[in-house]
This record gives sequence, C-alpha cells and structure tokens, in this order.
Amino acid sequence: MNRTTERTALVDLSDVSKRYGNVRALEGVSLEVRSGEITCVLGDNGAGKSTLIKIISGLHQHDGGTLRIEGEETRLTSPREALDRGIATVYQDLAVVPLMPVWRNFFLGSEPRKGAGPFKRMDVDFMRRTTHAELLRMGIDLRDVDQPIGTLSGGERQCVAIARAVYFGAKVLVLDEPTAALGVKQSGVVLKYVAAARDEGLGVVLITHNPHHAYLVGNRFVLLRRGTMVGNHTRDEITLDELTKQMAGGSDLDALVHELQDS
Amino acid sequence: MSAVDERLLPASPLRRLLSRPELGSVVGAIAVFLFFAIAADSFLRAASLSTVLYASSTIGIMAVPVALLMIGGEFDLSAGVMVTSSALISSMFSYQMTANVWVGVGVSLLATLAIGAFNGFMLTRTKLPSFIITLGTFLMLTGLNLGFTKLIDSTVSTKTIADMEGFPTAHDVFASTLTIGGVDFKITILWWFALVALASWILLRTRAGNWIFAVGGNQDAARAVGVPVAKTKIGLYMGVALGAWISGQHLLFSYDVVQSGEGVGNELIYIIAAVIGGCLITGGYGSAIGSAVGAFIFGMTSKGIVFAEWNPDWFKFFLGAMLLLATLLNAWVRKRAEATK
Repeated sequence: MNRTTERTALVDLSDVSKRYGNVRALEGVSLEVRSGEITCVLGDNGAGKSTLIKIISGLHQHDGGTLRIEGEETRLTSPREALDRGIATVYQDLAVVPLMPVWRNFFLGSEPRKGAGPFKRMDVDFMRRTTHAELLRMGIDLRDVDQPIGTLSGGERQCVAIARAVYFGAKVLVLDEPTAALGVKQSGVVLKYVAAARDEGLGVVLITHNPHHAYLVGNRFVLLRRGTMVGNHTRDEITLDELTKQMAGGSDLDALVHELQDS
Repeated sequence: MSAVDERLLPASPLRRLLSRPELGSVVGAIAVFLFFAIAADSFLRAASLSTVLYASSTIGIMAVPVALLMIGGEFDLSAGVMVTSSALISSMFSYQMTANVWVGVGVSLLATLAIGAFNGFMLTRTKLPSFIITLGTFLMLTGLNLGFTKLIDSTVSTKTIADMEGFPTAHDVFASTLTIGGVDFKITILWWFALVALASWILLRTRAGNWIFAVGGNQDAARAVGVPVAKTKIGLYMGVALGAWISGQHLLFSYDVVQSGEGVGNELIYIIAAVIGGCLITGGYGSAIGSAVGAFIFGMTSKGIVFAEWNPDWFKFFLGAMLLLATLLNAWVRKRAEATK
C-alpha cells in the first residue's frame, strides 16, 4: 500500500468534538481515512469510540471541528445520507436481522426491483444469486442463502455485512469492534476480509480495543482516552509494543503493575 | 451460478415444511376440523362450511393486517373498536348529510386511515410502547363511538340507512351473498382471500415486505442500513385501518344500523388469530396465510360448538387452550427449524 499519496482523504475529521448535554463525549479528535488504507481507532470502554463512529456514520452530528468527505466540508444528518456518500458502517451487534434469510439481509434497505407500477417487486432470483456469488468472492461458501442469518456464526455474520458494504460500492467501511465477541480463529477470518476490502481499494475505519488485531492490518492508529485523542500515528512511527502500552494507558498500567505486586 | 450447494441435503422437504411459520396452525386446524367432524354431525355439510367460512372471514379480514403489524413488531389494541368507528362514521355522515351512502363510505375510508396514521405517528414520534399508545386510542374511540351516537341519535344505535341512495350497491359490495353450486357464500370470504393474497405478495415479494420483517426483527439494524422505519410502521397501522374500514362497512351494510358499543374485545381475537397462525409476539416472524388459518380455527371453533349443540360458553375455554397449544407448538417448530445449522 502506498501511504504517501497526496490524494484527498476519503474522510477527514479535524478537531471534532461532541457533547451530550453537559457530558463531553469527544474533544479535539482528528482522523483521516484514505483509499486502500486501514485507520484503526483504539481505546478502552468509554473512550469515545462509539461516539466517533456515530458521527462518521451519520447517526449523530458533531458540535465542533470539521468533517470533510472527499475534501468537502459536511455534516451528516442521517445514516442514509452517509450511505449515499459511500460510507457504510458495520455494527458489532446490530448489523443484521437474525430471523431473516441471508439474502434478504444482504439487500436490506437497497432491494433491487423489477416490473412496473403496482407489480413492482423485488428481483428475488437476482438477490439470491448475487448474495451467494458475492459471499463466495469474499471467500464465504454458504450452504443455503435462505437460512436465517441468525444461524450463522458471529464471524460469518460480520463477513456478510462486510461483503454487503463492498457490493454496494462503499468507499469507506466503518467497522465497530468486528472482532470483540469472536474467538481467535474467527477474529483471524474477519481480519482477512477486512484486508480483502482494503485491497479492493476501500478506506477502512477499524474500531477495536485490541492493539494486536489493529497492528496486524492497520496503516494509521488513533488512540482515544476519556473522549480525547492521546495519539495519532502512522504505522512507521510506532511499534506494536509502544501501541499496546499507550493503549493500556501507559503510566496507568505501570501504576497497576505496582499495585498488584504490592498486594 | 447456482445457489444450490452439495452440502444442502436434497432430502430436506420435511425440514423446509417444518420451517414454515404457519405449520403449527395448519396442524391445529386439521385437529380442530377432525374434532368437530366427529363431534357434530352437521359440521361437514356444505352450508355449515359456508357458515364457518363466513365467521372466519369476519375475523380474518382484520387478522391479516394485524398479523402484518405484529411481524412489524407492534400491537394495535384499537383495532376492534376502530371497526365500529368506521361503520359509525360512514352511517352518520350519510344520514346527517342526506348524501349517497357511497359518500359516507368514502369519508369513512379517509377518517379511518387517519386514525391508523395517528396511531403510527404517535408511536414513531413518542417512541412509547404501542401497547400504551393504542390502549389510549382504544379507550378514546370507545368513548367517542358511544358519546357521539348518543349525542346525535339519542340511542346507542344509529338510524337505519337502508332506504338511502346507493345502499343497494354498497350492500352488494360489502355484504352480499353469492350462490356457488347451490351453496350461499358471503362476499366477505372473497374480501378475506383477496387480502390474504395481497398481504402475502407484499410480505414475500416486495421491498415493503422486506422492511416489515426488518423493523420487527431488529429495528436498529433496519434503521442503520437505511430502512425508513417510521414510514413502514405508519403504513402498517394504516393497513390495520384499511381492514377496519372493510369490516366496518360490512357491519353497517349487513344490518343497515350500527350498535355503537360493538367491537370491544375483538382486538384480542385478531391478535390471537395472528399468534395461532405463527406470528412471533416479539415481531420479525410470521405470515399472512398463517393469520388466515388462525382465523379459520376461530371460525370452526365458534360455529362448531353451535353445531355440536353445546353451550357457547365453552368457546372461550377452547380459545385459550388453542392459543397456548399453538404458541407452544410454534416455539417448538421454530427451534427445530433454526437448528438446521
């Protein structure tokens, strides 16, 4: 991956802040996402990761700072608008409707249709075929696209959601802790698809609290703590050890080590 | 590129059948049918079947949109009295304005749809549970039905509109009797079948159907991928209103007067029919055909008890037992179906 391209970033946040009433959820966060790159957002629980993706995906609006999409300053008012501008978000738990078949989930919200007037209907054959083919392209060989998506494993569900975003021409893929609830092997599978999406030229925002997963695939690393940005590094500026240490809270960790040893 | 895979065992028609939401209700319907066929001699006659179908259709017309609404994850407790409201509006408007009854029918359609839209709008705006919103509408409509009728007609029923212009044609459309092969069938049976077909098509083959399953199955996921959740739910409530309008006009034109206190309690019958038909009470699962089978079980039970010459008081007991059995059976079937993995 060529990280030094001078093309405009797909998404560029600078000095963004967000308040919920009198709670400061986010303050002075900057982040950029480029085509063919993975930007990792790392932070512990309550660090502001969720707020950050809600701003990028159009669920919430930022209060301060600027959000640029392909160089144009903007403010997203709905998830639909974010989608229309090429930003697809895959949420950890609310990515799919468990009781619905895989193919219905795959096209949910963007169903292809045929026919005219009152006979306008979903192109079910096309939907079934495309779902199977697109998943196969991402390396998932599904037995039956008619099975409820809830019967798939957590990793497979994430992969369906990623394949879906790629198919619908997303330029930016936002992944909310895709590996959080998964075992080691399944995490590896998901990370492989994240890399596959990157190789297709997408810009990826990977939210995680696992520095090992982040360092495996990431090009840029943004560290959040208690709503503020405590680090923003490119891959050649930081080592895994340093990342892990910053992520764990640096001096906080030293204090904890001390405390545990004393007791 | 075929969507079939060699790991998908060909011997799965049974599994496929088991995964249908209406399976439990079909088994139940067959059981009830056999039961009354044995218990009541007159049950198997064509005329009895016609009576059973008529009773089923009056519930079924409402059970269809109520089932769709339940798949969409919501309830409508005002559905029962809304039928009466719709009939009252139609009757009173025609009578008071001395207009052609079709004008009243049209006004009633608009007004009833407005009530449905109000339910949906309140729900999506306030985000309160549909139980509370529609309980409110239920009570308000009950009061309005009685209050307005007493205010205008000084009794609890409306004045007859049988001698008014347009009544014969409206009667033909909403309450006539068709004779097929020497047996009389009420036209509501046709309305019912048409609604089941329409609802099935919407659910299984249209984008709106996909959205209905999605808002009931996981509302937040649906919203996140761009499904218009509020519009879908308002549309579903307006669907219930449409059903209430058809039922209401049938009520009016089969008797030419309307009792303003009617309809209370029917909302639960519609919900029970939908649940017996395999609709998941938490939303996201179910079918229109299932609701029809549920309504048919109702029709068979209510009329079967009469044909068997038992005390009709037993009806409620049967109903409760049926509901419990059907729900248990559905839960079991779904577990089996989802264990395909």
